[in-house]
Amino acid sequence: MASKQELQVQQKRELEKKGETTVPARAFMPAADIYETTEALKVVLEMPGVDKSNVNVRVEDGVLTVEGRLDFSKYRDLQPLYTEYNIGHYSRSFRLSTKIDQSKIRAEMKDGVLSLALPKAEEAKSRSIQVN
Amino acid sequence: MITTFADPFDPLFNLQRALDAHLASEWLRDATTSRGPFPPINVFQQGDDILAIIELPGIEKDKLQIEAKENTIRISGTKATNYEDGASVHRRERASGQFDRTMSIPVKLDPDAIKAEYRDGVLALFLPRAESDKPRSIKIK
Repeated sequence: MASKQELQVQQKRELEKKGETTVPARAFMPAADIYETTEALKVVLEMPGVDKSNVNVRVEDGVLTVEGRLDFSKYRDLQPLYTEYNIGHYSRSFRLSTKIDQSKIRAEMKDGVLSLALPKAEEAKSRSIQVN
Repeated sequence: MITTFADPFDPLFNLQRALDAHLASEWLRDATTSRGPFPPINVFQQGDDILAIIELPGIEKDKLQIEAKENTIRISGTKATNYEDGASVHRRERASGQFDRTMSIPVKLDPDAIKAEYRDGVLALFLPRAESDKPRSIKIK
């Protein structure tokens, strides 16, 4: 039933900034799906309009930060007639609860969707314990 | 597809939303625009022509249909999100499902000259104004 339902527009949530930036640019929170497999934590973020060369992913002190910068030059000579959504950069951070093997993080950008695979560190993987 | 019941009230709220949407819709009124509000569209003017920019991240090109006639465009398709088997879902915010949207443009279009470009999850529709619709300057004899 859920898949038949007509899609609704998700209002873009503007990022709540902890401090001010020097450039008065707008930043939005990309919609995220996060799921966990036995091997890795997968993070999928929607950042429409962001080219893969303008994506910045880093893990620092157990915090995953993703930034996507939008190229505004395409909009320079356009005169808006009717608008339904706003555009801006994307930025979002997540505090990770599992240890991540930083050297094996993989990122893939396709059609405005960034897919991250964060492999769990060896010591964070669950082990089954034999009961005697 | 994995069904998670993160919130048992979700189906109820969806029903409420569907009922509200019906009340607020243009049903039985003489407006021709949207059937559904997804995807969001920005319309720009570029000289004589119209440029519609639509945010549609993560769509397969063969799951997207674009139709044009005189002064209306229709965008329909399916947006899918996939999870691996055996994954446990922590967060699910990306929307998925079917969409169908019709929009009228205040000028007559040249349907053969429409160009569509899909890049980085953004669909750009170049909608040229029909030659017959353009204003003509009249010389005084």
